[in-house]
Amino acid sequence: MPGPLAPKRTVPRRAVSLRPALQAVMLTAAFSVAARAEERAVAARGGLEAKLEYCKTCHGLSAQGYRGYFPMPRLAGLQSLYMENQLRAYIERRRTNAIMANVAKVLSPPMISALAAYFINLDPKPIGGAPRGSLALGKQIFMDGLPDSNVPACSACHGSEGKGQNEIPRLAGQLYEYTVGQLTNWSKVRGQGSAVDTSAIMAPTARNLTRLQIEAVAAYVSHLQ
Amino acid sequence: MSVICNESSDFTDAVLVRQIAQELEIMKRIGLKTALVAIVASIAPAAAWDEAGSVRNCTWCHGTTGQGYMVAPRLAGQRSAYIESQIRSFRDHTRDNPFSKQYMWSAVAALDPGPARDLATYFATIRPKPANDGDPNLAAIGRAIYMDGIPEANVASCYACHGPNAEGVRDIPRLGGLAYFYLKARLEQWGQGYHSGMGTPMPIVARQLGPKEIEALASYLSFVK
Repeated sequence: MPGPLAPKRTVPRRAVSLRPALQAVMLTAAFSVAARAEERAVAARGGLEAKLEYCKTCHGLSAQGYRGYFPMPRLAGLQSLYMENQLRAYIERRRTNAIMANVAKVLSPPMISALAAYFINLDPKPIGGAPRGSLALGKQIFMDGLPDSNVPACSACHGSEGKGQNEIPRLAGQLYEYTVGQLTNWSKVRGQGSAVDTSAIMAPTARNLTRLQIEAVAAYVSHLQ
Repeated sequence: MSVICNESSDFTDAVLVRQIAQELEIMKRIGLKTALVAIVASIAPAAAWDEAGSVRNCTWCHGTTGQGYMVAPRLAGQRSAYIESQIRSFRDHTRDNPFSKQYMWSAVAALDPGPARDLATYFATIRPKPANDGDPNLAAIGRAIYMDGIPEANVASCYACHGPNAEGVRDIPRLGGLAYFYLKARLEQWGQGYHSGMGTPMPIVARQLGPKEIEALASYLSFVK
């Protein structure tokens, strides 16, 4: 935990009073107790390490995604806010997926936060394997959108490198088959039930893309590092 | 080959013993050198791709129609990309459980990628028959683990990678209808630290399974058509 508190402890060598140093030490101690309590809550369900290993059995050993019978999305580098939101969406049935509903329903809120905080920091190479035939069209859709079809540029929200931000997910390096599947079935899978859901933002865009355009843009983002 | 198949059946044993006896008798009569030349000459054509000959090298142990026999698993209906990857891993000695070492390492030592692919294609096209040799009372528990995993114990869903009917896809093997003994042994071996091909998540998946869960899974899968 090399937080902002750490340097304070080394500074007061020339200080008049030891009080700031003492306060810093006490604060650090208090934080680490709180952190340990959270760790214990996580450990009670088998531990973060075991859970991460479990995630990676399907999502790839470095979370780069994996092609099973179904495409398992890349989790590496995914925004924490987005990931937490999706795990909750599975639990609350806002996002339909039989396998992930089972996986998510046993996760405690601290575990969900711990997982989300972990995956954002991974950065393996993209898994690759996407067709390269329509990368130019993909890039054009990603950068400029398709104004005639009411499709905004992906880069406008997901960033010019597809890295995402806050509740908007990273697309860079995402598994081609996964992106195609999501954009094809967006409104059948996401935003289910009556709750208002951030997935509504993507619904019209997904609907306005043709299959070929979806394949082109999915291939393009899959190659982004 | 005689070493490889010494457990396949009493019948094969008898044939082999008779063959060796005959060969020894011939050696005595015409001298060692001439006999060796004669033996090599009689084996040599099988080393080149000769469908009947190479297939027979497999079916001696894996059963005449590739449906499996004793410890040798069924090849019929197996994914061709999986058969190829396993032949490769036997050649590279990465699949290293005792039976693999004892039988398969030498069996494929001289099998080049081209002929290996032909054999894989051949066996993949044979219609598989389920072994049906598990415990029927455990099948329901096995099916539940297969479909949902055990999320609270970090056991992944088998279905996510092996498919709804355990049919496999690409280089992910078909499991449905394999023999109980084979399925159980394989699931145990990963937990015991043996390896398979490269990059497979199975050691991590199988390590989480207890003996009862392995029995249930192997039972269920043996009945899947």
